[in-house]
Amino acid sequence: MEIIYNILEVILPFDFMKYAFMKNAFLAILLVSPIFAIIGTMIVNKKMAFFSDALGHSALTGIAVGMLLGMTNINISMIIFAVLFAIFLNFIKNKTTYGADTIISVFSSIAIAIGLAILAQSGNFNKYSSYLVGDILSISETEIIYLFIAFIFTIAFWYFMFNKINVVSLSKSTAKSKGINVNFIENLFAVIIAIMVMISIRWVGILLINSLIILPAASSRNISMNMRTYHLFAVLFALFSGITGLIISYYTNIPTGPMIVIISGIIYFCTFGIKKIAMKSK
Amino acid sequence: MENCGLHCTKIEDLSVKIENEYIIKNINLELHCNELTMIVGRNGAGKTTLLKAILGEIEHSGNISFFDMKENKKKKIKIGYVPQKLNIERDMPTTVYDMFASYISNKPVWLIKDKKIYKKIKESLKIFGADRLIDKRVGNLSGGELQRVLLSIATTPVPNLLILDEPVSGVDRNGTKDFYEILSKLKKEYDMSIVLVSHDLDLVKKYADKVILLDKEILKIGTAYDVYKSKEFIERFGEV
Repeated sequence: MEIIYNILEVILPFDFMKYAFMKNAFLAILLVSPIFAIIGTMIVNKKMAFFSDALGHSALTGIAVGMLLGMTNINISMIIFAVLFAIFLNFIKNKTTYGADTIISVFSSIAIAIGLAILAQSGNFNKYSSYLVGDILSISETEIIYLFIAFIFTIAFWYFMFNKINVVSLSKSTAKSKGINVNFIENLFAVIIAIMVMISIRWVGILLINSLIILPAASSRNISMNMRTYHLFAVLFALFSGITGLIISYYTNIPTGPMIVIISGIIYFCTFGIKKIAMKSK
Repeated sequence: MENCGLHCTKIEDLSVKIENEYIIKNINLELHCNELTMIVGRNGAGKTTLLKAILGEIEHSGNISFFDMKENKKKKIKIGYVPQKLNIERDMPTTVYDMFASYISNKPVWLIKDKKIYKKIKESLKIFGADRLIDKRVGNLSGGELQRVLLSIATTPVPNLLILDEPVSGVDRNGTKDFYEILSKLKKEYDMSIVLVSHDLDLVKKYADKVILLDKEILKIGTAYDVYKSKEFIERFGEV
């Protein structure tokens, strides 16, 4: 880690880089934003924005359930709960004829209510209220190493599984005819989203995590012509808004998370404008 | 290739029930290679459900078995499927190459555009006169263009059974006719049975080897000539 810190100081010789917490936050953003950008491309294509939002909300319930069971590591209970929640949502979605958004909303509301009820009753709500907005400046060295492992894992997963996920999203029947296990792929994708959201939620916050997933991909989609540019721009937008958001928040005292989202939002409207202009000139 | 008659899909007593209501009931059917079977019926007659049951996508009772008479045993056959529509929107950044390569290759399309695969896809598309579409976005294709691309994907690699669910709209009359020409050619060239849900009764009459009139159950099965003059058919569609 020392070496990486030194490299950062050399490449970015600004006064904010003198602080260890800023270096850590910077590294965390380099790892988290590309992960969410690439997963986001498919979440946007599959119209699952509401699904990832619901998963974020289930974090509180995961914490509460972990506490009730007396688990010492809240992270593990959050991940287990989110994975079960994701698979359960997929199952219910396939069993009913209601719109998926209604089903997701029903379970998301119930989950967050139960979580809040348990946490408030046991007097622990204040301790975990920081999860709502997140705090990337408090991330530690060890946690960055965990994020790094998650980063490698996601890239590998995306490398090997993307084509299959893409095929399933285009047409389940055609995927099935080609011998692809459709339910397995759908659940696997949901589980990966669940794990990634839970790993990062403490730094990003329940209220903001979905904007990190959706905004870069949605912006990129406005100006991309194929899958390669779609991914490339999503990652670039995510990194740009992450890094500038961090720097601006350092100088203005605006919390980092909201600042990143505001910049992502500005990028979205710029790309939206570009798309409209391009369509007119055709 | 002449009619080899060695491959066969046999459907026995197939029923699909959703919430205590039969969508299709007691279907008995054989599909042979080098045969173009067309399914007709009013809206909601269970045509798409039947196709999806054959694909194994929805739960059903009864038996579906695939025979390979050459080796005289049941075995897994290759199925190609052309869906009625895709989950795709106009502005989705998925090109024909991106879609096609996702089906036939494991190299992630978000990272690399593989030259070999690109060439192979172009050749497959060329068979259906669609090679110029390779870099277009799927959401921008016309109904007829999309149908050719999907057919090209469904026949790469060449399946034993090809299942097609024809779109209700978006393809003009000439397009449909060309499409049926292609199917007839495919049937003759490859060792393939084709089953198709169709909405164009005149063209069915011209191209089908076997016609199935479906309304929950198989009401009539036979040549177009026989089915079209049956009273069940005339009740639903009048004289054609």
